[in-house]
Amino acid sequence: MRLRSFILGALLVLIFFSAALISYVWTPFDITQIDIKLRFKSPDFTYWLGTDHYGRDMLSMLMIGARTSIAVAIVAVGIGMLFGVPLGLAAAAYRGRFLDEAIMRGNDLVFAFPALLIAIMITAVYGPGALNAIIAIGIFNIPVFARLSRGAALSLWKRDFILAARAAGKGVTRISFEHILPNIANLLIVQGTIQFSLGILAEAGLSFVGLGTQPPIPSWGRMLADSQTLIYTEPQLALFPGLAILLTVLGLNLLGDGLRDWLDPRLRHER
Amino acid sequence: MKTTQLSRAIFLALLVAGSAQAAKTDVTIGMQLEPPNLDPTGGAAAAIDEVVYANVFEGLTRFGPDGSVLPALAKTWEISEDGLTYTFELQAGVAFHDSSAFDADDVTFSLERAMAEDSTNAQKQLFANIESVENVDGAVVIKLKTADGNLLFNLAWGDAVIVAPESIETLATAPVGTGPFIFKNWVQGDQIVLEKNAAYWGEAVALDKATFKFISEPTAAFAAMMAGDLDAFPNYPAPENLPQLEADPRFSVVLGSTEGETILSTNNAIEPLDNVLVRQAIAHAIDRSAIIEGAMYGYGTPIGTHFAPHHPAYVDLTGKSEYDPEKAKALLKEAGLADGFTTTLKLPPPAYARRGGEIIASQLREVGIDTEISNLEWAQWLEQVFKGKDFGLTIVSHTEPMDIGIYAKPDYYFQYDNADFQALMESFNAETDEAKRTELLQQAQNIITDDYVNGYLFQLAKTGVASVKLKGLWENSPTQANDLTGVYWED
Repeated sequence: MRLRSFILGALLVLIFFSAALISYVWTPFDITQIDIKLRFKSPDFTYWLGTDHYGRDMLSMLMIGARTSIAVAIVAVGIGMLFGVPLGLAAAAYRGRFLDEAIMRGNDLVFAFPALLIAIMITAVYGPGALNAIIAIGIFNIPVFARLSRGAALSLWKRDFILAARAAGKGVTRISFEHILPNIANLLIVQGTIQFSLGILAEAGLSFVGLGTQPPIPSWGRMLADSQTLIYTEPQLALFPGLAILLTVLGLNLLGDGLRDWLDPRLRHER
Repeated sequence: MKTTQLSRAIFLALLVAGSAQAAKTDVTIGMQLEPPNLDPTGGAAAAIDEVVYANVFEGLTRFGPDGSVLPALAKTWEISEDGLTYTFELQAGVAFHDSSAFDADDVTFSLERAMAEDSTNAQKQLFANIESVENVDGAVVIKLKTADGNLLFNLAWGDAVIVAPESIETLATAPVGTGPFIFKNWVQGDQIVLEKNAAYWGEAVALDKATFKFISEPTAAFAAMMAGDLDAFPNYPAPENLPQLEADPRFSVVLGSTEGETILSTNNAIEPLDNVLVRQAIAHAIDRSAIIEGAMYGYGTPIGTHFAPHHPAYVDLTGKSEYDPEKAKALLKEAGLADGFTTTLKLPPPAYARRGGEIIASQLREVGIDTEISNLEWAQWLEQVFKGKDFGLTIVSHTEPMDIGIYAKPDYYFQYDNADFQALMESFNAETDEAKRTELLQQAQNIITDDYVNGYLFQLAKTGVASVKLKGLWENSPTQANDLTGVYWED
């Protein structure tokens, strides 16, 4: 059962990643060209998912939209890991001391703001756009990874093999990166997939309110926003990007759950 | 026996319900934007006039539903031989809502306040030609610097309404005028309520109460209409929903014209847009019919100049900027920009701008012009584009009536500076002969079209939705207003 949902998640994620990758070399239609005469076509063999209110092919839009979502989410998670993990490791290494306090209270401060609020704040100050959305979502990711790495690292610091490493004369930094980091990597990967799905949701949300990706670059969130007033007459325009978001996020969560079960030794024995 | 009783009861219930409906004397009007304040003499926002014009405030003259200039607080007027002196005879028995009497001193106060050096009036140019305003034995005498055929028209604007010195301090939040409706209260972010002015000097209005509700989201506007929360939405924001509303027997959709020339406004002062060849190329790169269809779902009339098609002096110049991408490319080449160029396209919130912008961006890309689109809120647009002049292209609808005069202002945001045009407008303003005025206006239209100052897209349609039983709303928008004086419920 666990395995089945893991495979389903992996499959969904694979579909969306390949759609995004393929879109770099090929899409069924060119979406930079607007032809009003072709708008609101129902799905058929030429336009598999129909056309939108500008006569653009929905499938091509969704493929490039996947690229936007994935790119924003990857970079945002990357920022979170790049800054969050070293901060968490440092806090664990100097636990109870000033540095630990400073880092963790700083984290609490960022955590105190809801993620979307941070994003809106940043885009309001620096203007809307995909880049600012990435930064905003990335900043929100930093404390998530910092907390996770600190917590996991703290328990490792008490273990004998770390003591042995210390006895061998290794410094705090080397121990953190050579011994602690590899041992918390699986946790980070699992959290990464969860944060990745949250990143996709955040990008869609920001684009929905007009603060994320700017036209003409397609984004699932903006496709949803554009189809709002058409939902009674052309419901498929909202349905397809909505489904894309739903299935991608679902896929990532299933994948994350599956990875956790697989990577966590305790859970593995129970199975 | 029982059935007769029941049917009698039903009949009675229907009768009561029917008579209750017939007695309906209140109306709820939907508006997309909430006014920032309620002082039409101190703010530029169209939403101010849409609430208070003709309802709360009146001027010496006013616009009728067809755009004609009608007497309002001025009963009659006389114009001297030389066209320099206007004498207005005022209506008698007029009082402000706070019961203070209206007289010629209020008129001189209002106009002098609008003309003053430190005046915050958004349309100061309306008063620029006035030399003096005097109270002569209860009549108002306006002396002009030069003969001006526009005075009566100018005085009909919402920016020229008459206010009282007693209530001037609180005008922005609690307006006190002479109109048939009294301002009752304002729930910020939600609604403004007006009530009937029982002591109104003119013809009594049919409505007892009018509520303006502010709904910015088109989706919410549609839901509110369908739920029956609104009786009318005179400027319905989502044209794509109109077929559905029209199909609903409860509503009627009324299509009219507005004074809104929707244009691809071009910064005439920056490179390469200062080159007329480049602007001409842009004009030929634009496919108006695709924009009207794609952005407005077919509601809108193509224009080829900055002038309303329903105006008698309008000249159809759309032929000078036909859709011809090949010609556009050739013109760019001639301008030395065979590889095209990149510029900014800043879009305010309305659908005509946001959707029209995406379509125009795609059309410009066809001929090699790349645009960086940024979507702005109104406040940002006013700050960056209108005041800061930091833009390449923008899309906006100029909804003021007869506003071709803005092309004679070189410091206006699109920065068109042509001495010939400015001279032409000066002679137009001084001209009082109707036929000659028309001729000058047509010349003016030709000049700005030949200079391709801006991309002329379409005349914004007024797409009004109202309950089928609600009568008397304006079909067209000769000025920004929701005049409720003639509105009534049909039985």
